[in-house]
Amino acid sequence: MFLKSGLEQPARLGLWLLLAPVILWLALLIIIPHIELFLMSLRVEDDWGEAAWSLDNYRHFFEERLYWLTFVRTAAYSLLVTFLTFLVTFPVAFYITKLARPKAGMILMILLLLPFWVSELVRVYGWMILLRESGVINHFLVSLGIIDTPMEMLYNDAAMLLGLVYTSMLFMAVPLISSLEGMDDSLIEAAHDLGASKWVIFTRIVIPYAAPGITSGSIVVFMLTLGNYLTPNLMGGKNSLWFTEQIYNEFIASFNWNQGAAFGFLLLLLSSFIVWLGLRLSGQSLGKALS
Amino acid sequence: MAAVLELRHLTRKFGDFTAVNDISLSVEEGSFFSILGPSGCGKTTLLRMIAGFQTPSSGDILIRGQSVLNVPPNKRPVNLVFQHLALFPMMDVAENIAFGLKRRKVPAAERKRRIDSILERVGLAGYGAKRIDQLSGGQRQRVAIARALVLEPSILLLDEPLGALDLKLREHMKIELKKLQSQVGTTFIYITHDQSEALVMSDQVAVMNAGRFEQVDTPRALYDQPATRFVAGFVGESNRFTGQLEAGGQFLAEEGLSLRVAAPDTTSGDAELFIRPEAILLEPEPHLNALNRFRVQVRNVIFDGSNTRVLSDIKGTGHEIIIALPQNQRFAHIGPGSEVDAGVAAEDCRCFSSQD
Amino acid sequence: MKKGVSTILCGALLGLSFNAQAEGVLRLLTWKGYAPQPLVEKFEKQTGVKVQITYSNNEEMIAKLRATRGAGFDLAQPSQDRIASVQAKFRLYQPIDYSKVKTGQIVPSMLEAVKKNTRVKDASYAVPFAYGTSGLIVNKKAAPDATDYTALIDPAYKGRISYRLKRPTLIAMAFALGDDPFAKYSDPDAYKQLMERVRDKLIEAKPLVKNYWSNGDSLLEMMRSGEVTVAMGWDNGGWKLHAENPDLDFVAPKSGALGWIDTFAIPAKSKNIDAAYQWINFMLAPENAAFFTNQEKYGTASRDAGKHLNPEIRANFERSFSQADIDNIKWYPPVPAKIEQIEGKILDQIKAAR
Repeated sequence: MFLKSGLEQPARLGLWLLLAPVILWLALLIIIPHIELFLMSLRVEDDWGEAAWSLDNYRHFFEERLYWLTFVRTAAYSLLVTFLTFLVTFPVAFYITKLARPKAGMILMILLLLPFWVSELVRVYGWMILLRESGVINHFLVSLGIIDTPMEMLYNDAAMLLGLVYTSMLFMAVPLISSLEGMDDSLIEAAHDLGASKWVIFTRIVIPYAAPGITSGSIVVFMLTLGNYLTPNLMGGKNSLWFTEQIYNEFIASFNWNQGAAFGFLLLLLSSFIVWLGLRLSGQSLGKALS
Repeated sequence: MAAVLELRHLTRKFGDFTAVNDISLSVEEGSFFSILGPSGCGKTTLLRMIAGFQTPSSGDILIRGQSVLNVPPNKRPVNLVFQHLALFPMMDVAENIAFGLKRRKVPAAERKRRIDSILERVGLAGYGAKRIDQLSGGQRQRVAIARALVLEPSILLLDEPLGALDLKLREHMKIELKKLQSQVGTTFIYITHDQSEALVMSDQVAVMNAGRFEQVDTPRALYDQPATRFVAGFVGESNRFTGQLEAGGQFLAEEGLSLRVAAPDTTSGDAELFIRPEAILLEPEPHLNALNRFRVQVRNVIFDGSNTRVLSDIKGTGHEIIIALPQNQRFAHIGPGSEVDAGVAAEDCRCFSSQD
Repeated sequence: MKKGVSTILCGALLGLSFNAQAEGVLRLLTWKGYAPQPLVEKFEKQTGVKVQITYSNNEEMIAKLRATRGAGFDLAQPSQDRIASVQAKFRLYQPIDYSKVKTGQIVPSMLEAVKKNTRVKDASYAVPFAYGTSGLIVNKKAAPDATDYTALIDPAYKGRISYRLKRPTLIAMAFALGDDPFAKYSDPDAYKQLMERVRDKLIEAKPLVKNYWSNGDSLLEMMRSGEVTVAMGWDNGGWKLHAENPDLDFVAPKSGALGWIDTFAIPAKSKNIDAAYQWINFMLAPENAAFFTNQEKYGTASRDAGKHLNPEIRANFERSFSQADIDNIKWYPPVPAKIEQIEGKILDQIKAAR
């Protein structure tokens, strides 16, 4: 409204000044690099090192089984990680918001946050120290006589999933907790009073109520997992080619930046598509989930 | 009539604190029963025990003669209308009402019939497809009641459901609720701290204080014959005096006023005396010699439409009292500063020992 | 999202913004261990130039410099075989002015070889610094018969094998198959066929591998704990382990250890060329080069470092290399273009295979 008043010019200037850092940040760190990446992805080098415009980089992705299989594998595992993270985190979030006393809830929340005060690399190495053949868990299992010889618990898909779920938990917990916190406990009691069993309360009342939180948590976890590089690389086994590693390899090992850029763009598009599909199937809207 | 609900020596302790202390009660089928008490008196705990959300420390709860102590809330033949209604925000009106019916596996056609009928009952016919956030406060109220009533419970429990409404709507809903209850014939147990709600709607009211029932009676009896000092002070408006009751029924107030009491609750000693504002007569006829007489100085006349009240000091004591004026022009001459004779009959002075 | 990609892009942006600073600062892009702290302190004290170190490897070095077109660093240390082709294509470096290098300090044959291998048109682009070989690191007690790269695909060591999923492994395996990958560098089609044979071998033997190591320190840790008994790795790592546990040692494989020479090269947009030459001459001075070799066990290109070396260094070398082994070292020739893309795809295929 006030824009229409006599103060229009200064007010608008002020608005622009306020927005300037955001716009700059968006432009410099997101839009411009992506444009450059996009242009790069549309160029190929011929045998003489001359650059030419072409869609070959995109064609390669669909023609080469290895590439899109890696993508499908990465996407499928990311969905699985998202689901597992939800399964693991939901009871924790529910306990913190609905069952624990406020002080205990705070402490639990801090415990949940604590691992994120160190870098992902340190967290991953922590798990490696626990799981490796000469690691802490094996040491205990052997000395307790549960197993005779240490077994390798690292370098397989289960270890990788564990690492990814662990890394993702916080990003699921925060939106879940904030949406469950807004829920009046009497909704649960009302459902119980109206004859609902615990399972019905959970599926018909709690889950639908927390749906926006679940959606936003799932989007964040899915995208982070899809874009993770360290955890699959370090904890995953010799078969654990992650799509980001493929991108990295194109840039670093093969020196084929154009192909890497195309992969990067495909990752962006395909993951956006999966998120869109997920929103459609669950009947949630992005706006609601992010608010 | 048979008792639909019976409480036997019901007690609930939280650590050292006794929220509900040895309460026994019998509620008749089809009645509107209120539990009236200040916040923290234990009425909500009592209600939650009946609903099944809390387990009694000792005692028993019987519904139609059957103990329900081991029946979980989702299996009890009682339903609760929550203080903040607890309507499910992600469902529309019909889905909210259908929720309980679905749990009982009522077939879809039957469900629809019952939802339509209950919506009509509460005056919301055609509102089934509305979202909860599209409804007004009063409409939400009715949906919450419909959601519980559609299950045809033996007892409907209501936990101060009018608390969140504005005054005018609350007055309106009181009447509506009473009408609804007499139409459907379900036993209502209504919790409130608002005496006007309890008095207007109820067949029987239990006044609760510090975990115990002070008095269980009809609204009129509570008002006219309060059984305890607490009831006398809590129910209705009263002018309160502290002082000494002397043998022979003479009450000596701390400020010096002496009043005769007809039927004291106590023999002698520290006592409290309650006089209703409407029991005080202004300019009483001289021939009424049985009256306690005193003179008051008017400080203010308070007019709120249906009532006129006079705020005044008892001459010579400075004790402030409220006097209700009859709704006619007889005392139109009284204004701030006037000095008037006043009197009160000994039967209208209710005196209780300060000890209990 | 694309962590690798955005790192590079951010690097590019940061590189731009840091260009302005740095008089009296030497921004060094090098390998772990190539700039020991005591030498850095000594250099800073002598010259007053502050040294800022970024650790990297061959591939990332090239990627970083390519992203900035040779800016952001004053001195880099790529391997001699990875300079000529990227220089021809991306012009990442500037020619070395050998008059500013104290060439008298350097082993003449090594200097000549590096000059020759890094020549693009009329100029050469590198000064040798250190050399070493890739071969086997073996737990001799657990794997006494591991004498060639074929041990890496030997079922006898199932679950106790580790190697890097990088080009040296492919090349080593090609030699172990009896072929000569370096001879096929100039013929991409033949090279591709060879690499496909190597790929099939490595995929077939994939169940035997414990993991593909990516961090040298973690490989040494796995050798120490006995989790791995046969690995492909650098000679100095094996020698470091030998000092702790005589059962562990570097073994020069029968098919030939792979010899590499790491160099100094000056990025095209270096801001402190003087300091770069100062550092080159400082690091190759006999006593400094010997300090580096004594600590890190890499061979040095410094001619007169020998008299400052610990006896253990010579012992290591003699224990692992017979004269025949020395003659059999396969020195990496310059990598031509195209080769890396062939290898990159092969490596992805191996990693993805089940």
